[in-house]
Amino acid sequence: MTDRPAVSASSNANPFPANWRSRGLWIALAVYVVYASAQMDVSAERVAVGLHNAGHFFGRMFPPNFTRWELLVKGLEESLEIAVLASTLGIALSLPIGLCASRNLMPAWVSWPARLIIVAARSFHPVIVAIVFVKAVGFGALAGILALAVASVGFAAKLFAEAIEEISLKQVEAVRATGASFMSVIGYGVLPQVFARFIGFCTYQLDSNLRNSTMVGIVGAGGIGGTLFAAFQRFDYDYVCAILISIIALIMAGEVLATYVRAIFIDGFSLADIFRRRERGATVHRVQHLEDD
Amino acid sequence: MTEAATQAETPLPVAQRIWRRFTPAQRVARFTVFLLVGIAIAAAIQTVEIIPEFLTDAPEQMADLLTRMWPIDFAYYPQGVHAALTETIHIASLGTLLALVMAIPVGLLAARNICPFTSLNLLAKFILVSSRSVNSLVWALLFVGIFGPGALAGTLAIAFRSIGFVGKLFGEAIEETARGPIEALDAAGAPWLSRLAFGYWPQVKPAFWSIALFRWDINVRESAVLGLVGAGGIGMILDSALNLFQWERVAVILVAIFVVVILAEVVVTFVRGRIL
Repeated sequence: MTDRPAVSASSNANPFPANWRSRGLWIALAVYVVYASAQMDVSAERVAVGLHNAGHFFGRMFPPNFTRWELLVKGLEESLEIAVLASTLGIALSLPIGLCASRNLMPAWVSWPARLIIVAARSFHPVIVAIVFVKAVGFGALAGILALAVASVGFAAKLFAEAIEEISLKQVEAVRATGASFMSVIGYGVLPQVFARFIGFCTYQLDSNLRNSTMVGIVGAGGIGGTLFAAFQRFDYDYVCAILISIIALIMAGEVLATYVRAIFIDGFSLADIFRRRERGATVHRVQHLEDD
Repeated sequence: MTEAATQAETPLPVAQRIWRRFTPAQRVARFTVFLLVGIAIAAAIQTVEIIPEFLTDAPEQMADLLTRMWPIDFAYYPQGVHAALTETIHIASLGTLLALVMAIPVGLLAARNICPFTSLNLLAKFILVSSRSVNSLVWALLFVGIFGPGALAGTLAIAFRSIGFVGKLFGEAIEETARGPIEALDAAGAPWLSRLAFGYWPQVKPAFWSIALFRWDINVRESAVLGLVGAGGIGMILDSALNLFQWERVAVILVAIFVVVILAEVVVTFVRGRIL
């Protein structure tokens, strides 16, 4: 027993030593919170008044008022149209841009401009892009479609490029060795490797566009957002509640549909499998870190 | 994923077999999706209200917009933009921190290996889904209605919108933790809190901070627009510049947003590289 001093020494040592660097970071964080809260004049009094208001506010939201349902349905339809067309246009643009941005297939002088386009499209919120398009093409659904198409490019093209960069080049080389043209290399060497992932990104993009298409109306770019904003400004909180419930229902329906499409294309489900809700392979396709909208 | 289905039931000579990647049922399913997508696009084009004159007019209007934006009014930056930009960053940061605080308990409840009660799991999932389904602008409208215009409403909007995102990913990270260390702590008689702090937390720590940083990056972007509905930050001055058609000011605000968003992304990439 005496020839094992190392064990007893380590068992006496604190297994969780104080980490001064992490403590320092926690203190810095706490100081920041106090400082920033003071900057925004948050006070207990204001919160108390707010909570009192909140009761009143929610009291007026219920029961939701669906009497003006025609306007509601019209707005939702327009949002849906914006989402579908923006996704179509955005994905159609994203495919070539994403291909150009992939560094393994394209030379640097092609990939850098394409990456720049993607970064520029990503950095602005769709609502800000919508403001610019409202000025360019006037109020209405067209501005919304173009704004969301730009947002789609920023997002889908980036994912496409990343997916293409992860492919195996052996197959590309094999197709090239047969003397295939560039388009054939893309069609038979690249596309089969990334198609299933692309479908996943497309359904995700449609989902994200659907969420945003209900918002761009706030700046006059069509869809239900305009109606929602107007109802807020007129303090029609019961109608606001009706609109919100409808939007959430629409988004959830979209999510369910997207799951089915992913099941068909990624897991190889047939229609019968979906109706039987069979979980073949039971793979959960989590598109991680894609939740940005 | 790739399933080869031979055409014939009885084995033919190899040369005569037709190999297909998908079974007929799979092909029908895929075709149905393409068909439905086609119908949806056609229907949307048919019914959407687009005024063609506006579209033909667009290049001219764009050119007009750019000439109005030039020269960019950089002199306005120290006067109005800087304070609003700082406020935007405060909204994003405080909102993210508040969201983290609120999302941890919800994420714990949503993780099935920590909370064994299905009803509580479902309640947590419901909270997460509703937080995510409501856009941050709608949260902002709600909080402006409750607390009045200002940064407080913006911070709360960002926080409530982020709960769903952070809670969902945090809950999933907890569900993926290894059982070993937890069982070891259990065997040593560790109480519930010690199991969380010394069994789960070290395993999910990198994921947690990575989720937090990622959300902060998104929130910097989102907090820039909250001002359009009165929830503070740079969106407020953007809104007033737009309403007054001061396009040179709009230009400087857009440049400021662009720079901050890019910087945030650089910071996040750098810090993630350090902590992961």
